[in-house]
Amino acid sequence: MRDSGLKSAAPSFGSLRRVMGLVRKESLQIARDPSSYLIAGLLPLVLLFLFGYGVSLDLRRVEVGLVVEQATPETESLVAAFRNSPYFRVHLARHRQPFEDDLVAGRLKGVVVLASDFGDRLGAGETAPVQVIVDGSEPNTAGLVTFYVQGVWGTWVGEEALSRTGLAVRNVTPPISVEQRYWFNPELRSHNFLIPGSIAIIMSLIGTLLTALVVAREWERGTMEALMATPITRLEFLLGKLLPYFVMGMAAMGLAATAAVLLFDVPFRGSVLALVVVSAAFLLAMLPLGLLISTLTRNQFAASQAALISAFLPAFELSGFIFEIDSMPWVIRTITHVLPARYFVPCLQTLFLAGDVPQVLVPNTLALLAFATLLFGLLVRSTRLRLE
Amino acid sequence: MSETSESSLVEATSISKRFGRDARPAVDRLDLRVRAGEVTGLVGPDGAGKTTLMRLLAGLLLADEGTLSVCGCDPQDQASELRGTISYMPQRFGLYEDLTVQENLDLYAELRGVTGKKREETFDRLLEFTALAPFTRRLAGKLSGGMKQKLGLACALVHRPRLMLLDEPSVGVDPISRRELWRMVYDLVDEGIGVVWSTAYLDEAERCASVLLLNEGQALYHGPPKELTARVAGRSFLAYDPNEPRRKILTEALRRPEIVDGVIQGSSVRLVVKEGEEPPQARELGTADTQIKPTPPRFEDAFVDLLGGAHKVESPLGEHRRETETSGDGGQILVEAHQLTKRFGDFTAADAITFEIHRGEIFGLLGPNGAGKSTTFKMMCGLLAPTAGSAKVAGCDLYRAGGAARSRLGYMAQKFSLYGDLSVWQNLRFFAGIYGVPRRRRRETIDRMIETFSLDEYLDSNSGELPLGFKQRLALACAVMHDPPVLFLDEPTSGVDPLTRRDFWSHINAMVERGVTVMVTTHFMDEAEYCDRIGLIYQGHVIAEGSPDELKDRVRGGERTEPTLEEAFIALVEEYDGGPTDAR
Amino acid sequence: MVDRVVSLIVKELLALWRDRKSRTILFVPPLFQMLIFSFAATEEAKNVRMAVLNRDSGTASRDLIARFEGAPTFTRIDHLSSDGELAQVIDSRQALMVLHIPPDFSRDVWAGRPAKVQLVLDGRRSNAAQLVAGYSAAIVDAYNAELPRPGRGPRPASMVVARTWFNPNLMSTWHSVPSLVAILTTLMGLVVTALSVARERELGTFEQLLISPLSPTEIIIGKTAPALLVGVAEASGMILVGVFAFRVPLHGSLLLLYAAMIVYLFAVIGVGLFISALAKTQQQAILGAFVFMVPAMLLSGFASPIENMPDWLQTVSYANPIRYFMVVVKGVFLKDMPTVVALGHIWPMALIAAATLAAATWLFKRRME
Repeated sequence: MRDSGLKSAAPSFGSLRRVMGLVRKESLQIARDPSSYLIAGLLPLVLLFLFGYGVSLDLRRVEVGLVVEQATPETESLVAAFRNSPYFRVHLARHRQPFEDDLVAGRLKGVVVLASDFGDRLGAGETAPVQVIVDGSEPNTAGLVTFYVQGVWGTWVGEEALSRTGLAVRNVTPPISVEQRYWFNPELRSHNFLIPGSIAIIMSLIGTLLTALVVAREWERGTMEALMATPITRLEFLLGKLLPYFVMGMAAMGLAATAAVLLFDVPFRGSVLALVVVSAAFLLAMLPLGLLISTLTRNQFAASQAALISAFLPAFELSGFIFEIDSMPWVIRTITHVLPARYFVPCLQTLFLAGDVPQVLVPNTLALLAFATLLFGLLVRSTRLRLE
Repeated sequence: MSETSESSLVEATSISKRFGRDARPAVDRLDLRVRAGEVTGLVGPDGAGKTTLMRLLAGLLLADEGTLSVCGCDPQDQASELRGTISYMPQRFGLYEDLTVQENLDLYAELRGVTGKKREETFDRLLEFTALAPFTRRLAGKLSGGMKQKLGLACALVHRPRLMLLDEPSVGVDPISRRELWRMVYDLVDEGIGVVWSTAYLDEAERCASVLLLNEGQALYHGPPKELTARVAGRSFLAYDPNEPRRKILTEALRRPEIVDGVIQGSSVRLVVKEGEEPPQARELGTADTQIKPTPPRFEDAFVDLLGGAHKVESPLGEHRRETETSGDGGQILVEAHQLTKRFGDFTAADAITFEIHRGEIFGLLGPNGAGKSTTFKMMCGLLAPTAGSAKVAGCDLYRAGGAARSRLGYMAQKFSLYGDLSVWQNLRFFAGIYGVPRRRRRETIDRMIETFSLDEYLDSNSGELPLGFKQRLALACAVMHDPPVLFLDEPTSGVDPLTRRDFWSHINAMVERGVTVMVTTHFMDEAEYCDRIGLIYQGHVIAEGSPDELKDRVRGGERTEPTLEEAFIALVEEYDGGPTDAR
Repeated sequence: MVDRVVSLIVKELLALWRDRKSRTILFVPPLFQMLIFSFAATEEAKNVRMAVLNRDSGTASRDLIARFEGAPTFTRIDHLSSDGELAQVIDSRQALMVLHIPPDFSRDVWAGRPAKVQLVLDGRRSNAAQLVAGYSAAIVDAYNAELPRPGRGPRPASMVVARTWFNPNLMSTWHSVPSLVAILTTLMGLVVTALSVARERELGTFEQLLISPLSPTEIIIGKTAPALLVGVAEASGMILVGVFAFRVPLHGSLLLLYAAMIVYLFAVIGVGLFISALAKTQQQAILGAFVFMVPAMLLSGFASPIENMPDWLQTVSYANPIRYFMVVVKGVFLKDMPTVVALGHIWPMALIAAATLAAATWLFKRRME
């Protein structure tokens, strides 16, 4: 390849000045382009807001129907137990039919049936006096509803047995009890892991969608040709494009992290330095990807599509941010390995909730840097300061 | 550092460039010399290879064959040295529209390493030179076409290049700005800079010291324009008849085998005869009164001659009788603007514009960039609602009976607004549909258009991939398919070469002959010559109205014994600026 | 007039089909989503890595661990020897859960004394962790049931019997595929309308349309119908893929599904037209569609149940058409939803459709001047 590109890339004063000129130009353009405000300003806020308020995986107040076919003191007491549970909003009925319709309509997520012989069977210590019907069209909720019903039931049985019969606890409490301890997030707030993860999405957006548009824009508006006819080198050109967006990405990162801690009460247990390093590594991988897309498509429309498909959707779906990577089929698990976001999400979750854990941070950061090197190499290769 | 002689900036020997293995070469074994201190013109029809050659010279493309040396540098190995010594202004000027004038200049100064005191001096000089000093804080995107062009030039001149490459700098730019641009370029040439200027406007070629006439990538002529013009000496004539319409004379003339080229020039018809042939007799063209007198040749005459003459296909549009025609004589007013006014906030873009266009008339709307011409045109199309006043097309008010008015007009937009992803046939079918050509006549109508505009060859091609000339034909076909009594053309031949332009106007003339009324905007004064009447719009007013010859007569006198329409245009605008009626 | 509108519709469809970029948008994202996302959106925990810190040397702990090893949920079980290792495997995310068995565990179990095991879970992934905790509790429960009980006869295995309707095996694709049908239908309806006007603006053909005798209403109809057709066609394709490739059962009435789909598409197209009336370029249109799409999707009940949101946000979500459509799609697919119930979700969509289309028409007409 005989190109003027890297030959005169040795840092010199003139070179630095050219880069700074390009950086200033790019920054001014960013500042005047409404889409940069939309992508870097409005969208992060909307996303943080949505993950802060809108999306919550903590099951609270599920609409549940409670069918009491024959009211007895026992059922009264069990109904009260359900009512006291923070997880359920209970509706009562004598027959299961209306509730089953509600289940079909999606108004209820589960129906608990206390059959007419509930009292008798309970007294006899027989199996299954309680039946729970859950809506399998939402498997996650279905599983959790079952789980919580069992919890309410277990607690109630223990208390009931103790208060009424005074019998040995052993009779009803299982021989082996399970104590659960959730580290890093003892109250199990889904905010605490969704918000750090959503920062990865915001960074992906700024890193790729915005940069995907910029080189394409130069081609579309015909300014690329004018730039190419000046003495800038390939490296100067790329640096002029990367630096402003790097700064912008880091600023957005800082803003999002601050908002996470201050507005959404997410703890931050790691060090700021580590956060800066990891985020920088991630941006260094995402920015060249965006520019690469832009350079290859030379068309803003195609570039934005490619950016959404190659960066945003994977960050959303395949990064382990909402859906557990380990639970995916192996083909998809394999695919996730080529997505930078996959390495960034665990780092963020760890930094926010756990602290500086080198075993998590170091390998993931190295993986991100490897991506950065690879993509930057590809970018330099595919950038031409000629029209062919 | 090189064997190139001091005065020769570009030495090209037999250079070729092709895109794709099997494609016809875009530049084919071309020799070129560009000397310092003069303007070298690059002219030729669309697709001749002008832009490719420019890019080869700028080192943006590399030649496949041949040797090329630019300012003593090999564009392949010494690209950065080369780029340090030349300046290149691409089409669309390479400006960042979201940066201000000053910021654009700053950027190019940084890239060219112009700093400190030298930068300040350069900026002062350039801003004075381009008269952009009052606008340094304005966004480049908000400048008029002429100002953009000047800024593009200024950006290219932040350093002192040895060679300046300008790719079609005058497309979409009004005559006044164009004249200023030439003045600036002559200043550069006086300082010893070599300039390469590519253009489709042949009057500009005459101003060059040397021209390269390209066709299909090959050089048809390389040398001083005068020498080429001299080849047609004694073969150019003007035919004029006080009674016979000029369009009829033109049609008649083009039927004759000895005529190579014919265009309308004011109230006369300009004719070029074949080499060695005599001009036709008066009676053969019109009546006994027809005067045919020799006229000095122009570069365009020689250009058309060299390319084998105008295509003398007669437009079948003239043969077809209009069926939708209402009764009426030639004096019927078909298009009417009455006190049209448009204000944007405090700014009055169009102020009480009034004109009438009669049946079978071509009316030209001329004016500098930003004078209110486009605003007026948009109001006449119903795209913009006027603040006050009214506009009528074929008796229907555009704002009260918009649908009825719009169905009576055909519109051809500047960029030939076709659906690029649809085939030629699908485009025709679509426009026939939305303009309500009845279903039973649709097929027949489309077939007639295909035949009229010789589109059969391209029926299944995407219209976006057509050559420019065919795009233009298709756009016209789509605009006239429903046989409108009124036709609006917005810069219909911008950037189109003279031959294609002649074809286009032969169709328009044929339609006008059978009573179609045409309103056209243009920056191109040769095109304005086709108009029967011209309304010159400046600062939101119609400052002059009349036939091309009447406008020329108005400014005749003093040094201007035989003014061109362009000179008349400039003089009228300047007169308005300096006149006592100036409201500024 | 009908003729003019038909010409416009035919042209829209041709333009979509013949432009490589539009074709890509029509086919690649849905395919990509169907293939990747329907598998990625697992709402169960599988292939979980766990570890065991067993301080007990008895048989009960070995039995219990064997049960964990036998469970399909866990692919790998590491054995740890110290608290330090426990902290380390959790910190470094090598294990989602550690089962910690105290020293006297077996002795307590065999003696009939209450025994206790501890599950240490990674709260960074609290969702998966909760699921795994649930599985683990069930494993322990099952083991409990088999333990001989000194004294008083056998203890009931489980006093709660859970039955899962509509999706007895809790297949995650049964949930994700119908949801994707809803989401992708939204995407198509939105993008096709949002882009078609913006593209014409950019190419300058929009002025051409405005100058033609087409009235604004005709243009709006001409832009709505193609999007509706494309949306219905794409949704049909996805339904076919869902039923035949993913084997998702389709229990309910297709007629009902299509009725809901058409009403829903009108609502979405109204939004798309609104965006396109605002956008000057295709890029702005894409971004606009994106800004609408992401929140609408997240608040639709797809990513997380609507009941989990704060009350005020739940109120806001009544204006979100996907919310209703999602219920109907899933209902028809899995639940054989009765017409009356479906209508209860269709009428709010019809209301939203009327509102968005009216707003779009208003803005459109205003911007045309």
